[in-house]
Amino acid sequence: MNFPILSSLILLPTIGALFLFFTKNKEGNDLTFKYVALFTSVVNFLISIYLWISFDQSTSSFQFIEERKWIEGFINYKVGVDGISILFIILTTFITPLCIISVNNSVKNRVRDFLIAILIMESFMIGVFCALDLVVFYLFFEAGLIPMFLIIGIWGGERRVYSAFKFFLYTLLGSVLMLVAIISIYWITGTTDVVQLYEIGIDVKYQNLLWLAFFSSFAVKTPMWPVHTWLPDAHVEAPTAGSVLLAAILLKMAGYGFIRFSLGLFPIASEVFTPLIYTLSIIAIIFTSLIALMQEDMKKLIAYSSVAHMGFVTLGIFTLQQQGIEGSIIQMISHGLVSAALFLTVGVVYDRMHSRLISTYGGLVSVIPKYSILFMLFALASLGLPGTSGFIGEFLILMGAFKDNFLVAVIASIGVILGAAYMLWLYKRVVFGKLINEDLKKILDLNRSEYFILSCLAAPILFFGFYPDPLINTIEVSVTDLINMHNTNIASK
Amino acid sequence: MENLNLVLPEIFISLSIMFLLVLGVFKKDSSKIIFNFSLFAILITTTITINETFSITRETLFNESVVIDRMSSLMKIITLVGGFLVLIISSSYLKTFKIYNIEYPILILSSILGMMVMISSNDLIVFYMGLELQSLALYVLATYNRDQLKSSEAGLKYFVLSALSSGLLLYGCSLIYGFSGSTNFDIISNQLNSDEYVLTFGIVFILVGLAFKISAVPFHMWAPDVYEGSPTTVTLFFTIVPKIAALTVFIRFLYVPFLNLIDQWQMIIVFLSIASMIFGAVAAIGQTNIKRLIAYSSISHIGYTLAGLATVSNEGIQSSIIYISIYVVMNLALFSCLLMLRRKDQYYEDIDDLSGLSKNHPLLSLCLLVILFSLAGIPPLAGFFAKFYVFKAVLEQSMYFLAIVGLLSTVVAAFYYLRIIKIIYFDKEKEKYDSDHSLWLKFSLASSTILILLYFIFPSQLIEVVSRINII
Repeated sequence: MNFPILSSLILLPTIGALFLFFTKNKEGNDLTFKYVALFTSVVNFLISIYLWISFDQSTSSFQFIEERKWIEGFINYKVGVDGISILFIILTTFITPLCIISVNNSVKNRVRDFLIAILIMESFMIGVFCALDLVVFYLFFEAGLIPMFLIIGIWGGERRVYSAFKFFLYTLLGSVLMLVAIISIYWITGTTDVVQLYEIGIDVKYQNLLWLAFFSSFAVKTPMWPVHTWLPDAHVEAPTAGSVLLAAILLKMAGYGFIRFSLGLFPIASEVFTPLIYTLSIIAIIFTSLIALMQEDMKKLIAYSSVAHMGFVTLGIFTLQQQGIEGSIIQMISHGLVSAALFLTVGVVYDRMHSRLISTYGGLVSVIPKYSILFMLFALASLGLPGTSGFIGEFLILMGAFKDNFLVAVIASIGVILGAAYMLWLYKRVVFGKLINEDLKKILDLNRSEYFILSCLAAPILFFGFYPDPLINTIEVSVTDLINMHNTNIASK
Repeated sequence: MENLNLVLPEIFISLSIMFLLVLGVFKKDSSKIIFNFSLFAILITTTITINETFSITRETLFNESVVIDRMSSLMKIITLVGGFLVLIISSSYLKTFKIYNIEYPILILSSILGMMVMISSNDLIVFYMGLELQSLALYVLATYNRDQLKSSEAGLKYFVLSALSSGLLLYGCSLIYGFSGSTNFDIISNQLNSDEYVLTFGIVFILVGLAFKISAVPFHMWAPDVYEGSPTTVTLFFTIVPKIAALTVFIRFLYVPFLNLIDQWQMIIVFLSIASMIFGAVAAIGQTNIKRLIAYSSISHIGYTLAGLATVSNEGIQSSIIYISIYVVMNLALFSCLLMLRRKDQYYEDIDDLSGLSKNHPLLSLCLLVILFSLAGIPPLAGFFAKFYVFKAVLEQSMYFLAIVGLLSTVVAAFYYLRIIKIIYFDKEKEKYDSDHSLWLKFSLASSTILILLYFIFPSQLIEVVSRINII
């Protein structure tokens, strides 16, 4: 296998963006731009599907590895995938084309620049998930801030400036400590290559501090309580496509980081800090679910529900059980699909009514039935109804949690009920009830592109809900080996 | 017989200065010719420097009072290239203010000569001579737009404060001479030992004087006023070229004569570094004038270069040199943008004048975007790597406090860079600016921006050149 498939996955969107950049920006060219961007991202999706097909599920070692000298004697550009990261790559390449299609409806000005930002963002996100060198990882992780800052700031809502700044500075503040940790790891072990670091291991006396430094970055990005406050702001103000990218993929970088780096590199410290993560996750689940109940803004409600769902994810990861970690990964994938779908459904009515307030709506079921059905599906998937992908993830996480700590699992289960409460109440207030608002009578049902996007998202949600084997088979060996490695590390020290 | 080839660049540039002076006096309306000649002279000097000195590991001349080593030749080349670029993008600005005179290139050449002498100095007296030559030329340059009150004020302020710092420097030098009995760096290095406490005064005086020249906190007070008042092209010159020379001298002083006294000066440098990083970041937040803002940002950038020096390792010195080289490119790009904000013979330099620039000037704003994110140190732009190398060196010495304070202050600094980006991209647009810029200006902006943007593809080259420098 000599063809650099991962590098081409990373580079292709950037090349598409460059192409757009050098095309003349004339009025009426918008459609062409969209097709070019869509073409690029669909090709990327196909490549990633090919990657998944040719991926060997029976081994946990990294595949499709590429390694090039980058900074002499210091850092190598190294990428590769294993069972954990490949799903995130596919999620990224799957969501991006849908975002580009949705641009039709939500972004009116500077379409070309918007598409360029999204494509560049895609490059960076894929880079994050396949980087096998800490510095390369950091580079992609941080670089993503630039396009996201612009997406929120240029195309966002009223308080976009505040939100964009908050997003940028919060995440930057978290990550600089991670940079200190990465450089320290280099001086402690002499390498930043993740594969080598797995083998060498890091001295126990450094682990706690390094773990905390990584944690500071991932906690902000996840986001965990109490540093989650940037997320509702960013979500609310970002344009629909931006919210989708943010919720579906950006948040997963941190969950991925926890599994790949916190668990993999600092096993002892992970054990030490498990109570901390449990506490924060539980607070996130209960507290933000309660906050979500009280929201009047639909996007804000979904944003808080994201925090709660990511609370489940962090909880699952640090159960350090097979089910817990597998559940977390599936929950992340599922949340990627569901939250993207929910933001898009909110986007649909927002484009028509220009209001995100729940009180504006009510009784939508009688005017736009198609929309209401899809919305119902996504709401149910979000609260984890059996038969949707949301269920598999939450169930596995709770199973892992019960194995590890009974009390935590019980409290987390309450979170599931709260999740059902806020989602169903939202659905009731928006879709059912009397049609009071006169303007709503003229509202149009889904147009073709919206229908297409939402069905594209509904299909995998249902499919993996009934038949999660393809996901579980892909991650199983990698997760088992991760846990074995963890246990041997714990036992030996 | 000394090998005069080694100082051929200095000899050539002095001869050119004299020739140009004579030419300027005798020929009327010769400013254009003199501009072109001085550009040519810098080019030739650069070539000579590369040819004669680049491959030399270390040689000394004139009773060891002048040293040619890898650091001096590299720094001379950066100085010359910086001077060259400043000169080629100056002309249209100067013409607008009707100060396109023969003195400008000649003064720039003389200050470059002074810097080259400084860079090569291995002797207190040679060093001081070079320093004064460059300073005198810079005083005049600061007041170059003499019809404007602000420019004259800037020059006067610069003169008074800089003369004071030179005084401190000289006092320090005399103390050092008194203790060691020699003005030669190598001999001083052997003579000094940390038993004599009064010696610390000498070191402190010299460090204060040098900190003043590179405008490190708390000796930075002159910088914002002088940067704001001077003509923009001169400000550009101030922010890049003298800093290179001063940094070289800083390195030379710390690591040759004072090497045995690390305990005495390391804390001072750490303090200067931390203070500059924090103060530069915090004070820039409230600024409304771009040039003032750049002054504060350059203060914080100097903080990062000093962080590299504080490590007392070759790695640290190399990282400082890398930092300053990348900083030169970034500042050059930033000023090229600033010089493009022209509307009907008037230059604009308030941050609000950038408002909504992205609507009318998408390319210019994109360049600014890249430059500002790079200054803020966001990957994958060159500015990130500059900081990365510095912190790598700092952490190698386990100076965690310095590294964490430095990185946290980059977050603060990111705020004001983001503010400019916000104004460019998120705010309402204003009138269009002229777009008939000189080719050189466009060239310097384009090339420096591309360098910043694509540095991450070939990061090894710069390191390779710099890693040949081993001072300790």
